[in-house]
Amino acid sequence: MGTVIEVEDLRYTYMENTPLAHQALAGVQLSVEEGECVAIIGHTGSGKSTLIQHFNGLLRPQQGRVRVDGQDLSDPGLDLKGLRRKVGLVFQNPEDQLFEKWVGDDVAFGPLKMGLPLKEVRDRVRWAMEMAGLSFEAMKDRPTYALSGGQKRKVALAGVLALRPKVLVLDEPTAGLDPRSRKELLGRIEGFNRREKMTVIFVSHNMEEVACLADRIFVMAAGQIVAQGTPREIFGNREVLLQHRIGAPETVEILYRIQGLGYPVDVGAYELDSAAAEIVSILRPQGVKSHGPGI
Amino acid sequence: MKEPLIRMEGVSFDYRLNSEEVVRVLRDVSLDIYPGEYVAIIGHNGSGKSTLAKHFNGILKPTEGNVYVAGFNTKDDRYRREIRRRVGMVFQHPDNQIVATIVEDDVAFGLENIGVPPREMRKRIDAALEAVGMSSYRNRPPHHLSGGQKQRVAIAGVLAMEPRCLVLDEATSMLDAHGRREILQVLRRLHQRGMTIIAVSHHMSEAAEADRVLVIEAGRIAMEGPPREIFQRQELLRRLQLDIPVATRLAGRIHERVPDFQPDLIHPREIVDEVVRIAGKKGAAG
Repeated sequence: MGTVIEVEDLRYTYMENTPLAHQALAGVQLSVEEGECVAIIGHTGSGKSTLIQHFNGLLRPQQGRVRVDGQDLSDPGLDLKGLRRKVGLVFQNPEDQLFEKWVGDDVAFGPLKMGLPLKEVRDRVRWAMEMAGLSFEAMKDRPTYALSGGQKRKVALAGVLALRPKVLVLDEPTAGLDPRSRKELLGRIEGFNRREKMTVIFVSHNMEEVACLADRIFVMAAGQIVAQGTPREIFGNREVLLQHRIGAPETVEILYRIQGLGYPVDVGAYELDSAAAEIVSILRPQGVKSHGPGI
Repeated sequence: MKEPLIRMEGVSFDYRLNSEEVVRVLRDVSLDIYPGEYVAIIGHNGSGKSTLAKHFNGILKPTEGNVYVAGFNTKDDRYRREIRRRVGMVFQHPDNQIVATIVEDDVAFGLENIGVPPREMRKRIDAALEAVGMSSYRNRPPHHLSGGQKQRVAIAGVLAMEPRCLVLDEATSMLDAHGRREILQVLRRLHQRGMTIIAVSHHMSEAAEADRVLVIEAGRIAMEGPPREIFQRQELLRRLQLDIPVATRLAGRIHERVPDFQPDLIHPREIVDEVVRIAGKKGAAG
């Protein structure tokens, strides 16, 4: 397994050389390994969306370097089409971006543009729709305007999957979905990562889903990566959370309050069962954990 | 008992898909909302909860049955202004609700439309921005604000109309944890000042804030009661594919192993209090 995305000292300024210039990225450093599932979190305006738009060449580096699967994005001879096939980007509210009248056509748009034979296009559309949770037979001839928000989002996701990307980048994939649809989508994303071996990079402000999905978390603030680590490491680091105004899963918030009263609990224990075990250990000090109450 | 502010009587509502197809979204819903109440409406996508909310100020009108706002029937267009003045709505997407380029102009927008005199307008804008904690942003362009701040501006725009009831249709679902907390604080404060609040949401921790929870399923009220009662009926909630607040689930797990630990907790602070009650303050070393 190699490094699939490598970013070195990436800087980006919107409206450069104007009075409205705004530096969104101020020297980003990160690398993502093949097959990883990583989350990028950070406060509004921290540069998350600007960063991920570099991954498929929507934005090109102004300064610094971005390498995707060995290709340098600053290379003037960059094969942009090839890159976009490799890295699929699903925007926030992708349901607003469907443009074909029929579901099947919308999903087929990318593969058709790739000039694939019709049979292959059809196979890919079928595969992508099923992967996104849409029955090919039942849905391909439905008009896109008559779909529910959740269905539209699946169509948009299928459109990206139909390119069979190696890396899937998602911006706030579950924003606005209800608990049922959210759970289903998270399960699917996990499947793309674990079963289909896609590298997944997602931006999220939902710490519950970051905790349950990510192998590794990057915390962004003011255009830089200010911390990285496993969910336990990040959520167990109160300073980072407070300093960068990042929420934590509710379990972690509760553990912090308990710790604040002087009880010894591991605040990084974000899973429901581990959080419960931490609390039980102070209620029954002789039990689960070896150390007693107090210091 | 006080007169209800909003009364729904046997309301059914059909969406027309095309000339033949009609979908019944609400089925014979009756309910009363009293002045000063904080009501949460919960349900998954497609349950009818947003359609229900849009009946509270006449954006939608019932196919069958009647909705009365302060006694005015929403079907009667002569009362539209009276009704909209009393019940204001805030929607899901902050960006779709902001119309002006400066925060205070945005708050003023509704007032200008109803011809409020300038001096009165200034007073109302000040009060509305103060109520949502956005006074210091009054001269800023709204597009630089965070999602939570934009929603607060949207709420201020509604408050400036001096409604008696605020209806929030998934107003926090696009916000991060911070933004959500900001909005909940604002709602809590408004509620304390006597505002009637109806919050449509699928976040259970938000429903825990309310006095009363209505669970909507397939266009009907499936459950109704104080949040603590509702969240104890976990089997039914699970069947309706709804979440249970983290605090409630955590309390349940702890209770299984420490029977003395109360299982029916709904707020994070209650977990902390319960830990202190059982472990005792002396367990604390800090």
